[in-house]
Amino acid sequence: MDPSASTNGNDPIIVCRDVHKWFGAFHALKGIDMDVARGEVIVIFGPSGSGKSTFIRTINRLEEHQQGSIVVDGIELTHDVRNIAAIRSEIGMVFQQFNLFPHLTVLDNVSLAPVWVRKWPKDQAKKQAMELLERVGIPEQADKHPGQLSGGQQQRVAIARALAMQPKIMLFDEPTSALDPEMIKEVLDVMVNLAKSGMTMLVVTHEMGFARAVAHRMFFFDEGKVVESGTPDQIFNQPQQDRTKLFLSQILQH
Amino acid sequence: MDLSTHDQLPPAPPAFLAWVRQNLFRTWYDSLLTIVSCVVVYLALSGAIRWVFTTADWSPITQNMTLFLVGQYPRDELWRLGIAVGLVSFFLGLSWGLWSGVMRSFALTLIGFYLFLALLPGTSLAAGIRLFLGLNAGLVVLSYWLARRWPPPSNYLLAGWIVSAIVGFFLLRGHAALPALERVEINLWGGLIVTAILAIGGILISFPFGVLLALGRRSTLPVVSAFSTAFIELIRGVPLISILFLFSLIVPLFLPANMRFDRMLRALVGMIVFSAAYTAENVRGGLQAIPSGQYEAAYAIGLRNLQITLLIVLPQALRKVIPAIVGQFISLFKDTTLASGVAVLEILSIGRSVLQGNPEYIGLQAEVFVFVAAIFWIFSYSMSVSSRRIETQLGVGQS
Repeated sequence: MDPSASTNGNDPIIVCRDVHKWFGAFHALKGIDMDVARGEVIVIFGPSGSGKSTFIRTINRLEEHQQGSIVVDGIELTHDVRNIAAIRSEIGMVFQQFNLFPHLTVLDNVSLAPVWVRKWPKDQAKKQAMELLERVGIPEQADKHPGQLSGGQQQRVAIARALAMQPKIMLFDEPTSALDPEMIKEVLDVMVNLAKSGMTMLVVTHEMGFARAVAHRMFFFDEGKVVESGTPDQIFNQPQQDRTKLFLSQILQH
Repeated sequence: MDLSTHDQLPPAPPAFLAWVRQNLFRTWYDSLLTIVSCVVVYLALSGAIRWVFTTADWSPITQNMTLFLVGQYPRDELWRLGIAVGLVSFFLGLSWGLWSGVMRSFALTLIGFYLFLALLPGTSLAAGIRLFLGLNAGLVVLSYWLARRWPPPSNYLLAGWIVSAIVGFFLLRGHAALPALERVEINLWGGLIVTAILAIGGILISFPFGVLLALGRRSTLPVVSAFSTAFIELIRGVPLISILFLFSLIVPLFLPANMRFDRMLRALVGMIVFSAAYTAENVRGGLQAIPSGQYEAAYAIGLRNLQITLLIVLPQALRKVIPAIVGQFISLFKDTTLASGVAVLEILSIGRSVLQGNPEYIGLQAEVFVFVAAIFWIFSYSMSVSSRRIETQLGVGQS
């Protein structure tokens, strides 16, 4: 694996330069630089409060950065509303708490955005939704409501919902943290397949097995900064920073 | 599979006698309470039943039934009201067939009410009217059957309701230019139809305004939010009766003479304004209960603000506040009686005028007010039952 995947020929799809974010007086992101190549899988990890979730939320502008620049697929994120909608339709996001729409069936959750944002005919959107539900392994749950599903199934629906917009980039914000242990694998399996299909992914997670298996690069965040980055091999076997070593020893010792 | 050996069954519920002993006669004071309560309930119930069926003199109601139902509406023009009632029966039957749920309890209540009026002996209702009411009960059932057999599209039915409401109002009102439909001043309308128009009109028209006010109050546009907040707080800080006075006495002073509209419509506007403010606060409670993750997920798939409100937020917020809103609509229905304070002849003021205008009814107040209360109870209870129905209907799959 080429350690400098971001510069291996094609243009980066995400370019972040000196990204800062404050919540009131709290300095949450202190100058993040990151280039992500098309098809690259990035794992972001670090202690809670380190800014890793805030960072990936700035990429689809659920959080607005206040300094620096973020360019996604050639479009810079600014206050322009059309610009934001255009970027959001290119980026799928999966949340820790699933955030499915509880009043809609699984099928409607997945087909909603293509119908209302892409203006697809309903039949086409539902057909695609069924294909996606098959891809994440739960076509038989299509007519149920999210509340009737297990956590793992809900998260897979959430992945299908994000994929329904045929995004170029997928963001995962701690997708397995709210799941019971026996359900983590079914979600990770879907994510591994997605990674192998060439999707550009930014994943905030502490699932180090997943990182080792599919990540091209890993970023260790602490106190709003990137402390260290590199391939999984570099991070796991020769971490340079003491902070990284300490954190890894804490999460890997069990 | 052998259930008896492997699976432990839940303990059987106690037999009836054991249950009685356990719950009603466990100690000496339990027994005492049980016996005393039984005696009290027996005395009250038997007294009430005896009063209703023997002592009470229902003649103020039976002899004035037409008055209670339609007020002073010209008796020669009742056929117009008949058509309007027929339209309601027809569309209610269709709605029952198509939507079931809420419409079912309303339809059943209305059928029961028609039959009660048609079959009640000794009332002033002419045989033709009784027959008409009986036929209406049949019409509800017939149109129910039609809708089951050939279900019409939902939006056609909705359009039918709106068109028939306008047609019905126009029929009742008439127009000076049409000789067959001479104008009937709204001030002559009275009784149950006025109560129904105030309640149904108030509920249906105030609801969308209430939702808009609730959204307005949470708007990020300062002018919209300030206006909505000021309106809601102003109206909620004032008793309904004073709003009704305001609309019926003061507002006409500001309007040119040819724009003055009837007492009933002024009262209706007052009720709509009042109810909209309360609906807004109830709906706002529902809006606040929507977790921010719902907005984030909706933004993340590229929906725009208006789409998020209509597709994601309102459907969830409204179903959370159904019990509160129905409770508020029930009180609005009962508050229509306050319109008697501004000389609108709804059913309670008909009752009062019947008592005041006829010396032979002296001492029969109880009968009149019990009758009016019973009418209100029947329809309020039907609303409350239907609210529970909506909750169970919409509760499916809620997480």
